Order: sequence, then C-alpha cells, then structure tokens
Amino acid sequence: MPVNPELVGRDFPPTTSYLVGREKVREFARAVFADDPQHTDPAAAQALGYADVVAPPTFAIVVTDATLQQLLAEPDSGIVLQNVLHAEQKFRYSRPIVAGDELTAKLSVTGIRAMGAAAMVTSESEITDAAGEHVVTTTSILLVGEGEA
Amino acid sequence: MSADSTGSAFTALTVGDVVAERTVHLTRESLVRYAGASGDFNPIHYRDDVAAAVGLPGVLSHGMLTMGLAVGTIEPWLGDSGRILDYGVRFTKPVVVDPETGADVTVVAKVGAVDEESARIDLTVSFDGTTVLVKAQVRVRTT
Repeated sequence: MPVNPELVGRDFPPTTSYLVGREKVREFARAVFADDPQHTDPAAAQALGYADVVAPPTFAIVVTDATLQQLLAEPDSGIVLQNVLHAEQKFRYSRPIVAGDELTAKLSVTGIRAMGAAAMVTSESEITDAAGEHVVTTTSILLVGEGEA
Repeated sequence: MSADSTGSAFTALTVGDVVAERTVHLTRESLVRYAGASGDFNPIHYRDDVAAAVGLPGVLSHGMLTMGLAVGTIEPWLGDSGRILDYGVRFTKPVVVDPETGADVTVVAKVGAVDEESARIDLTVSFDGTTVLVKAQVRVRTT
C-alpha cells in the first residue's frame, strides 16, 4: 500500500510528557562524542546560565521518537519502518533542552510527495516545555518505499 | 544564554575561516552505544546479515549519530550550545563501519556566511574520501 496522502493535516494528539534526566543526557552526549563539559558537568552548565546539564543539539530526536511511533501506528499510513530511509533532518531551536525539562511533542505531517513507487514524507514535531513554551521544532524528511510489513 | 565574554570572539568571523575540525573513529561499539542512548534499534546498524539482506554494503552508522558528532565538533569553539539557532543536514551517503577496522569520520567546520546577528557554519563531513552529509549547516547567534 502506498503512503496515504490523507496523513497531511491529520490531527495527532500531543505525546505523553518526556522528563529529561541528567544521566540520559550524559549517556547521549557520550554516544554522539559531544565531549564539551556543558553536557556532562552541572557546574559547567550552570556557569553558562542553565539549571542543569545541557542536552546535545540532536537529543531532540529522542524526544520525537514517540511521534514517529504515532505515525507508524496509524493503520492506514502505508508506512512500514523497514522501508523508511532518513533523507533530511532539521532542528529549529528557541533554546537548548536541559535536564529537568518535561517536554511534549506535537506531530504534524506537512507534505507527501510521490516519487515513483516511493514517497517523500515531511513531518514536523513541535516540542514544548511544561510551561507550554516552544523549545525546538524538528523537521524530518523520510523516503518511504512501498513494500509489505 | 546570557551575555558573556565569548561574544567578542564572533565579531571577526570571515567567510571561509575554519573554526573547528576533528576526526572521530567509529567502531561497532559506537553504533551499539548510540542505539542504546537514542532508542534507535534498527538492526541495519548492528547486524551484518540484516544489512546484507536489504542490499546494503555493510552495517551502517545511524545518520543521526553522524549528524550528532558533526555538530559536536563546533561546540568547544561555540562555548554555549544555546547559540545554535538551527541545524540541518541531508543524508546522502552511508558510513559503513567495518567490524574490525571501524570507520573514520572527518568533520571540517567553516564559516559559510555572516550577517549582523548570526553566522552560518558549513560542516563538511566525509568518510573514506566521500562527503556523507550535504548542506550540513548550523546557524549560530553571534551577538
């Protein structure tokens, strides 16, 4: 089944909140070779004006995993994970993610473009904090092939 | 976040300046570590049989690992990752991580454009002589 063009504009509920933990930030920083002390040392982060360790810029993708799962769980999406290639990724920040943040992501599918049997699917997740303030918007472009689950 | 003394380091940027560079050695352990830290357990990033079955030349680095280590290159120069306004890449070529010899990913960060409030840092990210990310650009606040 090809990707369903009616996903564009569909209303997805906000994800359940994600509480950013200090050890998770340290674990992720180590995994992406982000060795700057702001990511691991609370004192270094506080010296920059943050309450706790600062997550590396691409940590936002971890918070948006729940929105990818929402997309895959739509029974009529036509999207099967093993046929998905990550083509482009963008982040637009209002501020960095910091340990202690309680974040929610809201998914929207903003574009689907057919490319032969495949489709380029553009999705955005807007991540906000517990006060409802914008933190970061992630934009992913996925190249989705057609195939059986 | 707040005004600080590092701000002055950004006023004299010239297009073409190299602000940071490094080479990161990836091994299969790096991929397993990233899988665990990120929650991305797609087996093409740790199983040779699955990678071969879907027609890949070998086990690949996660694109988001490559994207993450690329921007980490400029952070010691930048001082505060809160200066990053946006960051985007296109994934064009895979980074194949050999089970014995791993893979070396090289990142060179150059000033691509400057205006009154920000600078665009262009990241050239290569593996085995090939550019693996295209339009890898970080816009940073310089004021």
